[in-house]
Formats: sequence, C-alpha cells, structure tokens
Amino acid sequence: MMPGETPQDTSVHRATELIEFREITKIYGAGEGEVRALQGIDLKILAGEFVAIMGPSGSGKSTAMNIVGCLDSPTSGQYLFSGNEVGTLDRDQRALLRRNYLGFVFQGYNLLARTSALENVELPLIYLGMSRSERRKLSYEALEKVGLKGREKHGPSQLSGGQQQRVAIARAIVTRPAILLADEPTGNLDTARSVEIMNILESLNKNDGITVLMVTHEPELAEYASRLVHFVDGRIESDVPNQVRGRHVF
Amino acid sequence: MAALNLTFRTKCGADMFFETFRLALHAIFRNATRSFLTVLGIVIGVAAVIAMVTVGQGSTDQVEEEVASLGTNLLMVMPGATQQGPGTGGSASSFTIADSDAIESELASIRVSAPTNTRMLTAIFGNNNYATTVTGTDNRFMDVRDWNVASGRAFYESELRSGTMVCIIGETVKKELFGNSDPVDTFIRLKQVSCRIIGVMEEKGASSFGTDQDDLVLVPIRAFQRRIAGDRDVNLIYASVRDAFTTEKATVDIENLLRDRRNIDFGEEDDFGVMDMKQITSMLTGITNVLTGLLSAVAAVSLLVGGIGIMNIMLVSVTERTREIGIRLAVGASEGQVLLQFLVESIVLSVIGGLLGILLGLALGFLGAVVLKIPFTPDPKIILIAFAFSAMVGVVFGYFPARRAARLDPIDALRHQ
Ligand SMILES: Nc1ncnc2c1ncn2[C@@H]1O[C@H](COP(=O)(O)OP(=O)(O)OP(=O)(O)O)[C@@H](O)[C@H]1O
Ligand SMILES: [Mg+2]
Repeated sequence: MMPGETPQDTSVHRATELIEFREITKIYGAGEGEVRALQGIDLKILAGEFVAIMGPSGSGKSTAMNIVGCLDSPTSGQYLFSGNEVGTLDRDQRALLRRNYLGFVFQGYNLLARTSALENVELPLIYLGMSRSERRKLSYEALEKVGLKGREKHGPSQLSGGQQQRVAIARAIVTRPAILLADEPTGNLDTARSVEIMNILESLNKNDGITVLMVTHEPELAEYASRLVHFVDGRIESDVPNQVRGRHVF
Repeated sequence: MAALNLTFRTKCGADMFFETFRLALHAIFRNATRSFLTVLGIVIGVAAVIAMVTVGQGSTDQVEEEVASLGTNLLMVMPGATQQGPGTGGSASSFTIADSDAIESELASIRVSAPTNTRMLTAIFGNNNYATTVTGTDNRFMDVRDWNVASGRAFYESELRSGTMVCIIGETVKKELFGNSDPVDTFIRLKQVSCRIIGVMEEKGASSFGTDQDDLVLVPIRAFQRRIAGDRDVNLIYASVRDAFTTEKATVDIENLLRDRRNIDFGEEDDFGVMDMKQITSMLTGITNVLTGLLSAVAAVSLLVGGIGIMNIMLVSVTERTREIGIRLAVGASEGQVLLQFLVESIVLSVIGGLLGILLGLALGFLGAVVLKIPFTPDPKIILIAFAFSAMVGVVFGYFPARRAARLDPIDALRHQ
C-alpha cells in the first residue's frame, strides 16, 4: 500500500469466508501434564457476521480467539484468513496481518499505563506509519464513536472500567479492521455497562460493516449476535443462527 | 480468494526517525525514576573519567610549567649514584663549597654556581613555632633560581665570609610567625641559634604536589655549616649554564671536573649525579603520569560498572514492560519496530547521561583545578572518548534486552503478570 491511501483499502471482499479453521488443535504442555485445549475445530466465519462464542470455562474459547487473532499459533490444522494460509506467514507478515486486518479487545482492557486515551488509540496507527495529524483525526473520531468525546486526555487510572473498555474498542477499530475480536469484553463490567458495550459492537457490525467475533458467558449478551457457537471440551458442540436477534432482553 | 495486503507502509526516513525519537522520549519521561537511575550510572562513570583525567593532565602541565619556569639552563648536582636516583647516596660523600666554586670558576660553560645544604628545623618567634626548611647558601642561589628579595636586602659579602647568623625568610614563614607585621630586623631562633631577619623573599606560591616554595629560611652557607649542620658539607649545587653552551656540554664538563676532584678512577662509576631540567621534568611528570593512569583506570572501571548498571536496568525494565510489549505486538507492531523503540530509547538515555556526565566531569575537574591550584585544561579527546563510550554502552546494552523483548510471542508477553 502506498502512503496516503486510506485504511479502507484493507477491507476484505464481502460474502467470502473471512475466517476458516480446518481441524485446528492446540495442545499445551506434553506427556502427563498435556492439556488438549482445542481438539479439532472446523469453523467458517463470513465477512459481516456477528458471531458469539459460548461455552463452559476451560472449553477453549480464548485459545481459539488467540489463534484467530494471530497472537498464538495452533499445534496442528490449517487457519485460512480470507483464503490465505496463515501458517505459512512469517512473524513480520503476521504482525502485518494483525496491523492491517485485525482488532483485538481483551477482557482486561490491556491499555498502556500512564498513557492518555488518545495516545492509546493512536498506538496501532503509529505502526501503520501514519502522520501525527492523520492519527489525531482518526483517533478523535474513534473515541467519539465509542462515546468518549471529551475524555481524550484522561489516562486509564482516571477512567472507569466501562470507559477503559471503550478506549480499548476504539483502539481496535481505529484501523478499520476486517474483523473485531472481543474476548469477554464485558467480563469485568456490570449489566448497564455491558449493554453500552454491546450496543457499540452491534453498531460497528451493522453500520461499519466490521465482522465481530465475541466470547461471552452471558446468554443475554449473546442475543446481539447473528450466530451462536457453543464450545465444549475443545470441540464445537453446536453452531446455529440466532433466531431472536434484535429482540434484546434488556 | 482475496489477496492479503501484507506489505509495510513506511514513511520516508527522517519522518520515521523523528517519530521513533519522540516515542522514546515519551517512554523515558513516562518512567522518570527508572530513567533517572539508568542515567545515573553513566553520568557517574563519564564524570569520573573526565574529572580524573582533567585533574591528572592539569597537574602534569603544572609540573612542566613550573620546571620550565626554573629556567631550562639550570643544572642540579647531587651526591649519590644516578642509577639509584638522585639523593639516594647517603654513603656517597657530599660536596664542599670549594667544589661549587671550582665549577663556577674553572668551567667556561658555567655562568654561576650556588652551593646549598638544607635541614628541617623549627623556627621560633615569641610564642610562635613553625617547622620549615632552612637552606644554607649565598646570593647566587637567588641568581640561579631567578628569585628576588621582596623587602629588606640580600646577604652582604662580609656576612657570607664570616658566617654571620642573618636570615632571609619566605612569605609563608613570615605569615606564620609574624602575621602582617614587618619581620625585618627582628630575631628568630633556629635550633637554639638566634638569627636576625634581614629580608623577605618574593612570593612564589605552591609547586607541584602542593609543596609550598615560600616555606623556607635562607642563611649564609658558612653560618649554616658551623652553627646548624656542624659539618662542611654541600648537598646540592645549582649551576646555571652560559647561553653559548648546551646543557649536555656543561653536564660533561661538571662530571669531568668532579671526577677529577673526587679522585674517581677511570672505569669507576660516578658517585654523584648531574640533572638538567628535562630529566627533572620527565621524572616528576613520570610520577604524575602514573597517578593519572591509576586514576583513569579507576574511572574507567566505574564507567564500565555504570554500563552494566544500564544493562541491568534495561533487562529489568523489559521484564516489567513485557505486557506493554505484548500490547504493542497485539496491535500490530513488528519485532523490528519494538526493537528499534527500545534501541533508540536506550541510546537517548545514554546520550543524555553522557552529556550530563561531561558537564559534571568538567565542573568537578574545574573545582579540582581551583582547589589544587593547577591549570584547567580539559582534553577534547577524552571528552569525545567518554561520550562515544556512553553511546556505545547504550547501543550494546540496549540492543540485547530489546531483542529479547521483541522476540516474545504476543500471547506470552500479554500473559506475563
Ligand atoms: N498457556 C497455557 N498453558 C497451559 N494450559 C493452558 C494455557 N492456556 C490455556 N490453557 C488450558 O487450555 C484450556 C482452555 O483454556 P481457554 O483459556 O481457552 O478456556 P476458556 O474457554 O477461554 O475459559 P474461560 O471461559 O474460563 O475464559 C484450559 O484447560 C486451560 O487450562
Ligand atoms: Mg477465556
């Protein structure tokens, strides 16, 4: 990509398989103490979907998310991103895949300490090689989108949990990724705060066309998704479209 | 299947450099305490090297300057074999006044020659005691040393011939015994011998190693021999070379004359030594150079320790900042970008440390020069070396911890608590 082009160039053609897992396994440790976190996962996610992953604790949800987010690699199996085999990419190429196409939101926010909301959101744009003024502009827009206008100069210690998570979402979407990965984004938040976050994710999916893959323990929050995937013991137990989408309980 | 765009989108060099530099400064000020500790090691190391070398160089310059001020045409003749160094010839027989006179009168190459002998004695005036060096000599001492009487007068010929106990004192002795009052024509006691003060020498100030040249009392040599030393010895002869002759020629002349007068057979070693100012300079600067070398070695060690301190803190900080690195990797930083950030950060730190160290070192060196009353001559070469070293410390000790950080897997870095 040439300088001056907008990040929109990284959006991926619609109606294709954005994510495809083929027989993905992940084994931690070896011998006696080995843990089979994923035991052969097959999964396809289309561009534009809003998928919620559910399942009991320890069923491998986070492990799968980390592999999708290129933060971790599978023990075996193939991971195709937009039809491209991720296993064949080197470290730098995977960094570029994260930079250009992926946005990650963690349960624990993972903001840089002693760094303002604005600078946290700017971070991915720095690595994109964007100019300071361009970064400022996009970061202000992203923060406004998550409802944090006026809080740009506040550091994480001056923000509530819900506000910190909204900063993290702004940071994840400021590069206009093809897919937003959110691992229990409301895990540390109360119900009212959780609903605010879900409304933001829903809007990003509907209005900005960002594919969303989310892990949650709350069935009520899963209602926001268009599709529900259930993990049990490192396997997919069920994978169904969400019939009641839009009929929010809250 | 859509092709992925996985090419780097980098900006032109200067812009990117500025951005990285700004980020590094940001990280440094965000962790001010840690940065301060890191810098401290380098500051102390660089300052120590510069201060030590500056003071060492200053004292060497001082010695050279002082010896040069004695005059390059001055020779010193001492009893004792030169191989063992001057002054070691306790067993070798001393000279006599006749030897000194012969050097002056028989050698065409010598303009004037002054016999001297010296003792440490306590000078007493009223209730004041002061231990000083008493030198027996005559007016030729002032000639060869190019040193004048400031107030009062020099010795009369009659006083020198008869050995009258009169004395000329140095400025320090005057201050110690008399304060600000005029000592001329008052009496002091030297080893129970009463002695009338006839003059005060010009102030000369401290010499190398801080010896005070004004701390002396001059008395006629015959009076010194009879009333103080109790012998007829002369232990040091100053000889001034005529302009038309080289010091080498004059040295050979004195050696031949004294061998003859002291009945040294052909093939036997001299039992005395003739030193010119070049030799004295190299002897004295040899000592200061050894000292400077030792001090510099100590300083270099402290610089190295400072460097290891930086490495240690960078390692610890990488551990502390592993989560930060995980976050940066997760949002798309490449290994190279994280590496560059840490590298620039540590270079900036050590350059700041180097600059502060240079300032502190120069300040300490200046202070040392003022206290020791030596010239302040900072050496640009040393400053450059110290600076280059601190920058190198930054690169070497910044690079390895940075590489370790950048090679972490994003998820491992993020899980690090
Ligand atoms: N780094 C690791 N080393 C060893 N075992 C691990 C590691 N990470 C996860 N596991 C194991 O893998 C299994 C799946 O973990 P994972 O974090 O994916 O579960 P999860 O579905 O996200 O659970 P939760 O809902 O509690 O977040 C668990 O049994 C866990 O103990
Ligand atoms: Mg989890």
